[in-house]
Amino acid sequence: MHMHLASYDNQRIIADKSRRNQRAPAHGPTAAPVRVPVELHIPLTACLALLGAWVLIGIAGLVRPRSVRFAGRTLFPLGAIVGLAIAVTGAAGLAMSAERLVLPLGLPDLPFHLRRDALASVFLAMLGATSVGISLFAAGYFRRGEGTPPGLLCFQYHVFLASMGFVFLADDAYAFMVAWESMALSSYFLVISQHRIPEIRRAGFLYFLIAHVGAISILLCFGVLQGGSWQFTFDAMRDAQLSSGAATAAFVLALIGFGAKAGLVPLHVWLPEAHPAAPSPVSALMSGVMLKTAVYGALRVVFDLLGRPHWSWGLLPLAVGLGSAFYGVVFAAVQADMKRLLAYSSIENLGIAFAGLGLAIVFDGVGMRTLAVLATIATIYHCVNHAFMKSLLFLGTGAVLHSTGERNLGRLGGLLRRMPWTGWIVLVGVLAIAGLPPLNGFVSEWLLLQAFLFASDVPVPFVDMLLPLCAAAVALCAALAGYVMVKFFGIVFLGQPREAALGQAHDCGRLERMGMMWLAAGCVLLGLFPAQVVVALEQVTGELLGYPLDRPPAPWWLLAPLADREVSYGPLVFLLATAAVIAVTAVVVRALYHQRVRRSAAWDCGFARLDARMQDTAEGFGQPIRHLFQPFFRIERELPTPFDTDPRYRVTVGDRIWGWVYAPLGALVQRVANTVAYVQRGRIADYLMYSFLTLVALLALVLWIGPRS
Amino acid sequence: MDWTAILTQLLEIAAALAVAPLFMGWVTQCRAWLQNRTAPSLWLPYRAIHKLFHKDAVLAQDASPLFRAAPYVVFGTMVVAAAIIPSMSTLPLTPAADAIALVGLLATARVFMSLAAMDVGTAFGTLGARREMMVGFLAEPALLMVIFVASLISATTALPVISGRLATQAIGLYPSLAFTAVAFTLVLLAENARIPVDNPATHLELTMIHEAMLLEYSARHLALMEWAAALKLFNYACIGFALFLPWGVATGEAGPLALLLSIPLLAVKLALAGLGIALIETLSAKLRVFRVPEFLATAFMFAVLGMLVHLLLGA
Repeated sequence: MHMHLASYDNQRIIADKSRRNQRAPAHGPTAAPVRVPVELHIPLTACLALLGAWVLIGIAGLVRPRSVRFAGRTLFPLGAIVGLAIAVTGAAGLAMSAERLVLPLGLPDLPFHLRRDALASVFLAMLGATSVGISLFAAGYFRRGEGTPPGLLCFQYHVFLASMGFVFLADDAYAFMVAWESMALSSYFLVISQHRIPEIRRAGFLYFLIAHVGAISILLCFGVLQGGSWQFTFDAMRDAQLSSGAATAAFVLALIGFGAKAGLVPLHVWLPEAHPAAPSPVSALMSGVMLKTAVYGALRVVFDLLGRPHWSWGLLPLAVGLGSAFYGVVFAAVQADMKRLLAYSSIENLGIAFAGLGLAIVFDGVGMRTLAVLATIATIYHCVNHAFMKSLLFLGTGAVLHSTGERNLGRLGGLLRRMPWTGWIVLVGVLAIAGLPPLNGFVSEWLLLQAFLFASDVPVPFVDMLLPLCAAAVALCAALAGYVMVKFFGIVFLGQPREAALGQAHDCGRLERMGMMWLAAGCVLLGLFPAQVVVALEQVTGELLGYPLDRPPAPWWLLAPLADREVSYGPLVFLLATAAVIAVTAVVVRALYHQRVRRSAAWDCGFARLDARMQDTAEGFGQPIRHLFQPFFRIERELPTPFDTDPRYRVTVGDRIWGWVYAPLGALVQRVANTVAYVQRGRIADYLMYSFLTLVALLALVLWIGPRS
Repeated sequence: MDWTAILTQLLEIAAALAVAPLFMGWVTQCRAWLQNRTAPSLWLPYRAIHKLFHKDAVLAQDASPLFRAAPYVVFGTMVVAAAIIPSMSTLPLTPAADAIALVGLLATARVFMSLAAMDVGTAFGTLGARREMMVGFLAEPALLMVIFVASLISATTALPVISGRLATQAIGLYPSLAFTAVAFTLVLLAENARIPVDNPATHLELTMIHEAMLLEYSARHLALMEWAAALKLFNYACIGFALFLPWGVATGEAGPLALLLSIPLLAVKLALAGLGIALIETLSAKLRVFRVPEFLATAFMFAVLGMLVHLLLGA
């Protein structure tokens, strides 16, 4: 086993040098990525101008902060148009070579460095495309008299969008941190837009706290990455020669920092609090796009700044990612609040993305290039998919929330009849996120499973067994995601209304509908044309890893990523075949028999007093999961006795991590603060004495050190 | 794409549609024999479906279009699944979907069925949907693991290639396949609502799963659902044959003679499989619903064990 490892290390170092010096390697004719060299900085300047336009739109909102009409009818649609332009620019930039720009802004000796490469382009395209739908929805969503005035919301919202764009473009640590922090700040203010409610302020604080724990970790990571050169441009970090210990430290710090943003367990606690607190378009933006900045950052640090990672690093994100995925989906299954449910589902999806990243690191480290590319493509594909599906679902909850005022699943039901547009559009998102073909969620899962499955060739003992077994965990999470989504859609939109007030529910407006339809169309197109998407993403891996996929020749409708595996998937054929069968069946049944339909009351098994309360509630539907995975949860039950005249049943399911990590940590901080408070008594004489004692101590120190040196 | 391939494809779909109810009837007949009962006619499923198509459909007052569309979607997915699984020969549609996509297709049918069951909002419907999803979330990964073991052996996830490669290997060299065969049998019983998990013959409210979801359906919708259920059983049997009894499937170049030969072979396999299912159903008792996850976790563990065995022994 040792011989094995040693030989990989050697290979790694050799490969490392070659990668640093020349990005397009000469490994056979298939290896060179196809690229059109373009000298002009068109996409980068265009992106910059468009991000600036977002900021300007935001500032324009401040001109008439109380006008819902101005913000909603003018500014948000304008923002959507800018988003579309950014999506187009990002997509166009994919095929072009990287370009740089130095802005005359920032610190005196460290101006803002910007760089747009394929990785940045794909995330910019995702940001732009998703924001089109969300901005259109937001245009019709914000109303008068709900917390923060609309103009201010518009400002925060567009600053949030622009700062996410800058995160993708930043090419030095300083610019990155500025963008990262303005992203955290603007989203914090958006989360607490209903700041009069104490729980929302509390959720906002928690979000802010963990965002900063992550930011500190990222800052430290950049500190390690500069490798003694004290140059904080990313180029300097690319060239820095790190010792293996320093590189590992940088990697772990990056994982903690970006993991906090992605909501990986145990740093996930802010997610289920912040998402329900925020207005729905903001939840959509946070869950759909902001969480992906973490994946972007991790990819950037691991594959770009650190160069070639060691294979064993990959096991950490793999384990943490799979753990988070499982944890998230199990908790999602028992939630009774629809936005909390979606938040936990986001933890699951980001966990899967990080597992894909870990797998890519393992493959890259042992030199299995095409599989590393496959895993990276699966990771990015999953991020893009999740951006569309989760934004769509959050917008759907927003529409439900506006029309019913209710987030609790136990008080909803039967909304498909009251809100047909919302219901049917959300169904697309639900089927997509449940990982069903031919929609998009399935494609990235398929790619990831393929990558896991062929990990049995990894030439490291034990790891070659461990990785295919991880496919079991991914399969389990995917199947549980189906459970969660059936629960979500079935309880909210199907069945009988659980409250009489739901009879007055109305469907969402035209702009909101357009926004959701845009995202649903994204889910469908990303699902139906995976071969084209994979070709586009190959530009990213070509630049990041230096390799494209080893694709066999295949017709345009067929996704065949691996030449030596004979695997393929053609969703379009799939859909057409199913549609054809359904059409033929309907026609034949009509021709041979009849189409007569009679309406009648539902079959009540002779009980005759069936009512809406006899349907499963959210708790009821999640009961099998709660029962099966009992050790995961902190469950508090309140059961009625047989003699209760007014029997009540109550069960709350909590997160054990609170009790294990956060409560002790909070208590510790409180204790430390109390101890410090003993010193801080607020009397000036005391503080003068402290200064005096400090001076004496320092003098003593100098005297003590002085003679020795 | 040449026309003979398309013709073969259509013929296989037609054969699957025709044989599936017969297979269902055969299992029922075997079960009756084993239990010393007078067996119903083999043709009973056909007559039942025909009768149901003739009746007027009764829909609940609040049934949405989703409820009406679900039988067609479930039936459609099952037919497409039948077109993908190599039962007699390898088919032109197979490149469009490998084994993972097949599992996804089966999941689509399950999700639509559960959603339709929740649509009317009766107590039984949601109960059935919840239980079906409970069965599904454990059975689906178990089935995937079974397929993964076979694809680790044959280095692909394309079902016809797996089947072809397994068929050309020597018999009995794969202890891992023995484990997964057990796992697959358990999954087949659970997914097709057979006895240890569900009982297709009763409407006993405390235990039913599949029937609870169909309670609101009538006439042609019910007929399609029943037909789809028969197709599902047929499909699972064919997946089993492709993985564990892969011999005799005509490959693309084999010509019409091999295809003709594969028909009686499939009939023999189906007859034996039906007898096996009936035997298991006769020998075992219905589990409590709360024990079902344990049953399926066993299946999942068997499949994982199979994979471990494969990875350890390389066989």
